[in-house]
Amino acid sequence: MLVPPETEPQPLVFLSPAVGSPSASPLLVSFSFQSPSSPPGIAAFYKQLIRAVSQLPNTLDTSAIHLRLLDICDSSDICPLRRSEEKEPIFPGRILSGRHSSTSHAMLAFGSMIGRKFSSATSHPLRVCVVGSGPAGFYTAEKMLKAHEGAEVDIIDRLPTPFGLVRSGVAPDHPETKIVINQFSRVAHNQRCSFFGNVSLGSSVSLSDLRQFYHVVVLAYGAESDRALGIPGEELKGIHSAREFVWWYNGHPDLSNMTLDLKNTDTAIVLGQGNVALDVARILLRSPAELATTDIASHALDALRESSIRKVYLVGRRGPVQAACTAKELREILAIKDLHINIKEADLVKNPADEEEMKNSRIRKRVFELLSKASSKSGQTSGQQELDFTFFRKPQKFLESDDRKGHVAGVHFEKTTLKASGDSGYQIAEGTGEYEDIKCGLVLKSIGYKSIPLDGLPFDHSKGVVLNSKGRVIRACDDGEHEEGLYVCGWLKRGPTGIIATNLYDAEETVASISEDISKGELTSRKEGREGLVELLESKKIKFVTFGDWEKIDCEEKRVGSLKGKPREKLTTWEHLLQVITK
Amino acid sequence: MYKPHIGSCGSSTIMFISKFSRLGAQAFKGLSEAPLTTPSRRSFFPIVQNAYSDSLTRKLFSTTPTDNPQGENKDNQKISVTFFDKDGEEQEIKVPIGMSMLEAAHENDIELEGACEGSLACSTCHVIVMDVEQYNKLEDPTDEENDMLDLAFGLTETSRLGCQVIAKPELDGLRLALPAATRNFAVDGYKPKPH
Repeated sequence: MLVPPETEPQPLVFLSPAVGSPSASPLLVSFSFQSPSSPPGIAAFYKQLIRAVSQLPNTLDTSAIHLRLLDICDSSDICPLRRSEEKEPIFPGRILSGRHSSTSHAMLAFGSMIGRKFSSATSHPLRVCVVGSGPAGFYTAEKMLKAHEGAEVDIIDRLPTPFGLVRSGVAPDHPETKIVINQFSRVAHNQRCSFFGNVSLGSSVSLSDLRQFYHVVVLAYGAESDRALGIPGEELKGIHSAREFVWWYNGHPDLSNMTLDLKNTDTAIVLGQGNVALDVARILLRSPAELATTDIASHALDALRESSIRKVYLVGRRGPVQAACTAKELREILAIKDLHINIKEADLVKNPADEEEMKNSRIRKRVFELLSKASSKSGQTSGQQELDFTFFRKPQKFLESDDRKGHVAGVHFEKTTLKASGDSGYQIAEGTGEYEDIKCGLVLKSIGYKSIPLDGLPFDHSKGVVLNSKGRVIRACDDGEHEEGLYVCGWLKRGPTGIIATNLYDAEETVASISEDISKGELTSRKEGREGLVELLESKKIKFVTFGDWEKIDCEEKRVGSLKGKPREKLTTWEHLLQVITK
Repeated sequence: MYKPHIGSCGSSTIMFISKFSRLGAQAFKGLSEAPLTTPSRRSFFPIVQNAYSDSLTRKLFSTTPTDNPQGENKDNQKISVTFFDKDGEEQEIKVPIGMSMLEAAHENDIELEGACEGSLACSTCHVIVMDVEQYNKLEDPTDEENDMLDLAFGLTETSRLGCQVIAKPELDGLRLALPAATRNFAVDGYKPKPH
């Protein structure tokens, strides 16, 4: 078999005779590369080797493998390969003395690779199941695969599509943030990793099933619910959580039927000033023509095209120094064309504790500076859309419309002032007893996500997280013991905060805990792993979605998208998603 | 922009291999050089100088390619860069002029994340320039880079994004530390809001 070079200079990797041929003994593996001192050449060479080896059947006898070095000419120009004397066959894992030290590294790596490949076929692998395929799930899988060469990692997700909030949370006009999907896809392509979509923890498979099948179960199913304000009128029509709005414009199949009325009002109030709040405000205010070139769900684009919303309030309980957004998102919304920004000068006056907060936090300082700069911009022109940063307001109740029964007509706010909370330097909002109403026809609550507890799982309801210590799930009783083989990562572990990269470090911590427990001799019993899961799913007639199936969905979405000048047109219903797979 | 090669096998394997090759690299070094020592962490956090000495440093240390003593060398299109990983292990690589440190790290299987592949949408390729003189030779970070650095774990005064540090002759000998991520995660109370 020949793995052809893609571009010059590229290595060539030959596996001969043809892999899979019954007469393939001994297997001869020869390789060479051009301009070996060039880093791109070496990196590509490694990748070629890995690819070639991954295609070897597991049944081959390691002792039958011989490596042969093909020498090449020194010129860095593209030149024909020249065969040298055949070097002595080596046993996998041994360094073959090469002409160039890089060659030797490659040989060493290759040898260990082959040894690893075959050893994992004969021993009992560590069986790992990750629940949830968002950033926390994928980073955990990646780090487990890296840390445990024998581990087999299965990722389950209740949706037929992977990537969690990278698909259904990241705003459609932030394509660069979604690039991390490439990395996650590489993890999913690892031959020791499998994706099982359309498998729901609780209904398709129980936690005890998973713990029976796997040595390690890592829960990374995030936060699929919302915090509530708990104030009167919260059930009125026209009030949604920001999560619902985000899922809706991102084509999450659970919310494809949501009706969102954007036509009967010119004002929306967003409660909260974090990045999610800025995202939803930006989607409401950005020109639909610009959004049309993103992967926004078509039902959302249609609704936004007909939207009559001209003014959006972003309301925070505290001041501009405490605004929870990051500079990038703030800069972006402030840069929307023809958007008038309202920020009250009086709100920008800082107290000494504010100064201290800014001194201690670079991001708070930079966000404040952006807000100050925006407030000093010139006056409004008529017909312009407006964005109002409203600080020091705490929602007290929602007001019902007189003419539209059961529909929201505004929010009754109490004005607040900042008060120190202990000695921490942290300031909280305290009501002043003064009130103000703001009229609106749409409210989006962006006050935080909430994880959903699972039966039998120790849960801290006040923090909305699974009880854990460095990712080990702790029993609800006070003995401090952890649940063997049960771990948690991501929002379910630390609460719904942080950026995608936060999960990288979070996963590192959880995987370190797992590794420590393994080294202590826990998790040694024999487990069925993937076979057990597949058998159970088949017995329950649950049609799980593989990563290959997802790639069919991916292709279809990109195909339809390209016809409309979008990077993809998301399939937004369960029926469509599952239909594409069975095609 | 960094374009990773997607093989049939996951990146984790590539990373695994890199560990091995690095061991190999050290073994080879060991033959000709003194035993490697773990560099002191103190040197990871240099102090940025004031504006005056800043500009002075720039003048003193700025060189053009022709000033380069290795100008006649066939390696003159490459500079030497040493990465210090989370455990303090060092790896010296040659980086072609014009290539970003993110790209160079990936070409050499150095474990530097690059979630957004150099599109300035994440902070995962955060590196710490270990010598303030070297730091001062870099163009100032743009607002966009600073926005991302805001979110980097273990930020220092000489932190940069690897994707924004581009090899140029005067950066020869550049030393970059990867932040000790896990440690910072444990102690860093700051939690930015999600997207």
